[in-house]
Amino acid sequence: MTDFNSLLLILAIVIPLAAAVALLFGQKLCPCAAKFIAGIGFLAPAAIALWLWGNFGEAAKTAGYAYMSQYDLGMKDTLGISLYLGLNGISAPLFLLAGIVGLAAGWQAINAKAERLPQYLLLLLIMQAGLMGVFASIDIFFFYFFHELALIPTFIMIGIWGGAGRRSAAMEMTVYLTLGAMLSLLGLIYIYKASDWTGFDLIALREYVSAHSIADAVQHNIFGLLLFGFGILVSLFPFHSWAPRGYAAAPTANAMLHAGVLKKFGLYGLVQIAVPLLPVGALEWNPLLIWLALGNILFIGLVTIAQRDLKLMVGYSSVMHMGYIFLGIATLSVAGVGGAVILMFAHGLSVALMFVLSTAVYARTGTYDMRDMGGLGMKAPLLAGFFVAATMASVGLPGFANFWGEFTIFMALWKDHAWAVAPAVLGIIISAIYGLRAAAAIFMGAPSEAFQKASAGKAIGDITRAERIPAIILIIGLVLVGFWPHSISTSINEELMGDSVYQPKVLSTVQTPAAATPAAGHAHEESAS
Amino acid sequence: MNHSELLTQLSEQYVSTNQWCALWPEIALALLAVLVLLIDLFAGRLRARAVPFAAIAGQVVIFAVLLGKLGTCDPADSGLLFSGMILPTTLSEVMRLFFLLASILVCWLGMLYLRKQDLPRMEFYCLTLIVTAALMLLGQSSNFVMLFVALETVTIGFYILVSYGRNSIFSLEGGLKYLVLGGTSTAILLFGIVLLYGAAGDPSLPVHSGDSLNFLALEQFLAANPNNVLAKVGMVLVLCGVCFKIGAVPFQIWIPDVYQGAPTPVTAFLAVSSKAAGFIVLINLVTGPFGPMASLTVPLLSAITVVTILFGNLTALGQRNVKRVMGLSGIAHAGYLLLGIVALIQGVELAAWAVIFYLFTYLFGSFTVFGVMSHLAGPDDENQEVDHYVNLARRQPFLAGVLAIGLGSLAGIPPLAGFIGKVFLFVVAFQANLYLLLGVAILGVVISIYYYFGWMREAFFQEQTWPEGKEEQLAPIKVCLPHKVAMAALAIITVLLGIYQGGFGGGF
Repeated sequence: MTDFNSLLLILAIVIPLAAAVALLFGQKLCPCAAKFIAGIGFLAPAAIALWLWGNFGEAAKTAGYAYMSQYDLGMKDTLGISLYLGLNGISAPLFLLAGIVGLAAGWQAINAKAERLPQYLLLLLIMQAGLMGVFASIDIFFFYFFHELALIPTFIMIGIWGGAGRRSAAMEMTVYLTLGAMLSLLGLIYIYKASDWTGFDLIALREYVSAHSIADAVQHNIFGLLLFGFGILVSLFPFHSWAPRGYAAAPTANAMLHAGVLKKFGLYGLVQIAVPLLPVGALEWNPLLIWLALGNILFIGLVTIAQRDLKLMVGYSSVMHMGYIFLGIATLSVAGVGGAVILMFAHGLSVALMFVLSTAVYARTGTYDMRDMGGLGMKAPLLAGFFVAATMASVGLPGFANFWGEFTIFMALWKDHAWAVAPAVLGIIISAIYGLRAAAAIFMGAPSEAFQKASAGKAIGDITRAERIPAIILIIGLVLVGFWPHSISTSINEELMGDSVYQPKVLSTVQTPAAATPAAGHAHEESAS
Repeated sequence: MNHSELLTQLSEQYVSTNQWCALWPEIALALLAVLVLLIDLFAGRLRARAVPFAAIAGQVVIFAVLLGKLGTCDPADSGLLFSGMILPTTLSEVMRLFFLLASILVCWLGMLYLRKQDLPRMEFYCLTLIVTAALMLLGQSSNFVMLFVALETVTIGFYILVSYGRNSIFSLEGGLKYLVLGGTSTAILLFGIVLLYGAAGDPSLPVHSGDSLNFLALEQFLAANPNNVLAKVGMVLVLCGVCFKIGAVPFQIWIPDVYQGAPTPVTAFLAVSSKAAGFIVLINLVTGPFGPMASLTVPLLSAITVVTILFGNLTALGQRNVKRVMGLSGIAHAGYLLLGIVALIQGVELAAWAVIFYLFTYLFGSFTVFGVMSHLAGPDDENQEVDHYVNLARRQPFLAGVLAIGLGSLAGIPPLAGFIGKVFLFVVAFQANLYLLLGVAILGVVISIYYYFGWMREAFFQEQTWPEGKEEQLAPIKVCLPHKVAMAALAIITVLLGIYQGGFGGGF
């Protein structure tokens, strides 16, 4: 079973870890050597992810999974836990996302001139290994395990290299996320129990669920645990308060990886584990989830408008966009969930891009307070261009990947919850307001007095190469998917169509199966254009 | 004449069999203790080095032999030894290893501690060895007489060890408190045993026994008379006595002061070995004699679990003294372990292994932390505040890294051993349908993040308003190579056990 590509899959996890270990024992190395090792640690997973994703269509699949390999680490017989790796149609794009954002964040970090750079890179590499592992795991215990592996460096990095208020932000984030992680762990063990101790192997669990059904009340309880556990990790409204503060305090590369990739863990868990295994539970919790998601969109949207701190604004806007993804999942249809996965991919790229650019702005203005900026566009036109493009992407303008995600979510939402479309679309206007206002405040108009005073006698240049490369990597991803959504929607669509849970006959009463595939349909139209 | 005949008969019985061989590790430890005494007498100027070396090397040899024998001889063959006093099981074999390992590490910490103190050295090792031998016997006892004698040997050893720092009033205070409360708990335990003895020996009741302190006889008696009030009271009192050992609420009152006052190695000894001994006794009791009384033990221990987890975590929140933090958080760990015990009573066989595995992770995590604490402690051992750890990552990155791994494991953060230990306990709790207790345990874990992480935060995240001059006042901390190796080994085992559990998962 372990062929070359399966080996590559595990290497994508092992190489960053090995690089981290090399840095641990090579603290005395010169900075260039440390940077070189770290560079390999970030480049290899990205290259492997691209390669595996490129070959995904042709790869041999068992139960929808390609590149499978399994290793027993001592708990297979007692608890049914083993390191079981593979990619399916949903996890492949997200695995790619982790690779791309990891590369961009790694590049950003290598050039970040952080104090104690080797340790900084070491933690980031551990995080990267965890991220690659999360999406490559078929075993849901290891899925959780890798998430935690990536989470720990986040706390440490915020605590050591973070900005203002890092001590309390790191603490708040740790306590909050531990609560979320513990609830989801309980939920996952509960699944293990409810499936008659089948194990933690997702494929076996799915087979179990299709052969037997879990009692409704049990499904209700487990889904509740997972919804709130995962929800806290994804900053579902009213459990979001850790996210903006944490991101504002986090060092840039860390915020990129966490907001861009790690936060998708909870959403991915809902799409891949909770909904397929517990469809009845999902249906029962659905109305509440829609209300909470609308809370994310409208309530947090308005809060975002009120922000004057650029990084806090990016943090809040990221929380807000989670609302759309939750809405997509709440539709429980192929289109909605497919749109949610596309949006997860797109949002991961765009929020990472926003963090890169905010840091570039900070490097020039010396402040994140947007009231103390202005007129930067004259001095840094390219940066302004990038920033506006990133804003457009995160608002969801056509031509960027986000558009396809949001669009298909609205389409799917219209079918069962038409009333929720209006507030959701209102959210787009809200995000346009804060995005454009931010762009205007930073780049347009006359420089503010504070900015003039701060920048007096300093030459402010345009975006440097070190800042440009991660930005370009991310923008290419956004635009490529924006103009050719087929590239990622095919695998997602195939996977979701193959899942009986999302078939309309299971969850809603009136639809026909053919009506539920606008994601694929639009993909075709767009690729033709 | 009759007496001496009986005696001859008995001694022949013991001499002619190889029952004593089953106890060779305990006997070897006792001999080692005597050897340490002799070395102290005759080694002259070398004694400062020779005594700890002999104690540690001797135990390492016993440990190695025991480890090699583990699994080769089937303990089920040997059965009851010494007229039912001793019953070796796989569990008790593993716990022997556990106690030996803990004892080796305590001796190692003792070296670090005694280096900074003006105290006699030899007695410390001698007492540790004897206490460890008694702990091993405790794990195998299958008769209340044996249990009580072993337990008292342990406790009396601890009375001396806790007040070993005779120059420190805190140590003396701790010793006195431990003596008074330990004596009380012993009295309670003994009273319980006597009640059980009386009830089970009552000839008017069915299945009464002349040997009613024997676990097997008692189990049969309790199964036949589940509603005997006297036996019930006796059982509750015995459980109270054991709960004192593991520091479960409401018998936790001694913990903070004793842990703070006791020398750091003794604190570690109390935290790990004494607690583990309590749990092995508890496992033996609930699977043996108290098995038929599940209807009473489950609610009782469940209630204790809830209160213990919450009390330990909440009281640890406000502490600044790290020894008190370790003590109070240890109460919380006892609570998590009780979760496994309750599951065990409900008939989940894996639960015993979950408890043992958790104890091992607790051993490695705790000793990692105690190792760092021993390095940072000054001559006034009881004064170890969280503030002393400020900026440790800069002053001594190695210690800070090891501390982070140890605390992370105790807090239950993956990929460290403590996390897997907690997962094991949660799984067995699920198997026993203990949802309420699980909820409380989760809450406890989240609360515990706050104080463990707060401690780590002091070590890693320096204050922004740290005055420049103050940093230089702190003396640099030197870590010698052997200690470095020891701590690195503990930390590495903690990480490895989190990733690979081969052997443990299958119940050995």
